[in-house]
Amino acid sequence: MHELSIANSVVELCAERAMGARVLRVTLEIGRLSAVMPDAIRFCFDVCAKDTVVEGAELEIVEMPGLARCLDCGGSVDMTDLLEHCACGSVNLELLAGSELKIKQMEVA
Amino acid sequence: MCTTCGCSKGAGTVITDPQTGERIETQAEAREPGSWRQLAGGASGTSVAAHLHARAHRHAHATHVHEHEGHEHSHDHVHEHIHTQGAVALNHPGAEHSPIATSEAAIAAATHGTTIALEQDVLAKNQLIAEHNRGWLASRHITALNLVSSPGAGKTTLLERTIRDLQDLHSTRAIQVIEGDQATLNDAERIRATGCRVVQINTGTGCHLDAGMVSRALEQLDPPPHAWLMIENVGNLVCPALFDLGEQAKVVILSVTEGEDKPLKYPHMFRASRLMLLNKIDLLPHLRFDVERCIAYARQVNPSIEVLQVSAETGAGMKAWYAWLEAVALVEVAETVR
Repeated sequence: MHELSIANSVVELCAERAMGARVLRVTLEIGRLSAVMPDAIRFCFDVCAKDTVVEGAELEIVEMPGLARCLDCGGSVDMTDLLEHCACGSVNLELLAGSELKIKQMEVA
Repeated sequence: MCTTCGCSKGAGTVITDPQTGERIETQAEAREPGSWRQLAGGASGTSVAAHLHARAHRHAHATHVHEHEGHEHSHDHVHEHIHTQGAVALNHPGAEHSPIATSEAAIAAATHGTTIALEQDVLAKNQLIAEHNRGWLASRHITALNLVSSPGAGKTTLLERTIRDLQDLHSTRAIQVIEGDQATLNDAERIRATGCRVVQINTGTGCHLDAGMVSRALEQLDPPPHAWLMIENVGNLVCPALFDLGEQAKVVILSVTEGEDKPLKYPHMFRASRLMLLNKIDLLPHLRFDVERCIAYARQVNPSIEVLQVSAETGAGMKAWYAWLEAVALVEVAETVR
């Protein structure tokens, strides 16, 4: 349940940057391969935001697709999870995208 | 508190040194008074305009364009001044826009909200401390390994055997241990019984170690140069995969009493690990565990993972593990010298 500490970090970072203003909306980018569940973040976010300037803020989560490059044939592979393999059969993949875990932006009142 | 797994952000971490009996408690929520954990428009008497004014300069450090109801302006000046709460200095030097423009922006912002681009990696703070740990360890030529597994895979037994065997082999390198568990000093006591220096981290209700905890434990442990530092993480195949502690490599321990498809079920952990130790192989005759299939699954999620089959109970295969440890330590020194 690392989502709780991650949600807490998100609240902490946003509150620091808001400098006392009320936060209305937070946009996160979460990669499909990041091992972080958007639903669990949503659940924890409200709990963590309580009694902070982030309380009541709308949480927007943009899920980022996973992408890898095959190290054997050079082809690109869409990754829905870490168990994908290339059309050539190789599992020797270099992850290019999908492990993002980022606060994109926030809106303050 | 999180009602899903019982994690609590309020619970502090406790680091115990069984040798000295010293206990260091860290309150996770300990923050300076008046820090961010207060509601907007609190009792400080600060006006909304003052907040907005402070923010207007806070986000002016980067070059960007933002829109406010019908007009657009860009901040491309770089100046650093943070106004204290309540002090509304409208005719400050260095600003390129007039006080009137600022208040217009403030009104527009108050009605619509101001978007602040952050582009901030959520785990950046942990990563920064982890890199600090890594640098500190490298300066002492210490080889740090992060041992991860599900509960009961035999991490502590493996460590006990490793410490005793390397003592018998008169290894020139010391081993020191950081134990991570939610509660109890049991594992630290087992390690201490081998004569090895150990510090226990109790995470309270937390489900993984983070770089900050390890940093504090390192201060207490103060391992000697050229040592191996074994960090036994909380038994959990999920969360520890995400938190870099500053280790040189993760070693995942999978016991043959677990399912052979664990690498597929917990791909993040097996992908993040350099070595898989397949433990309790002395029990294989009594189990339906397909070793080859398990290794194939591990290589499916991580083609470069190394695999060693061991029994910490009987000592089978342990020599290869010691050779691996020695090789990693040599690489550590070579990289530092380079």
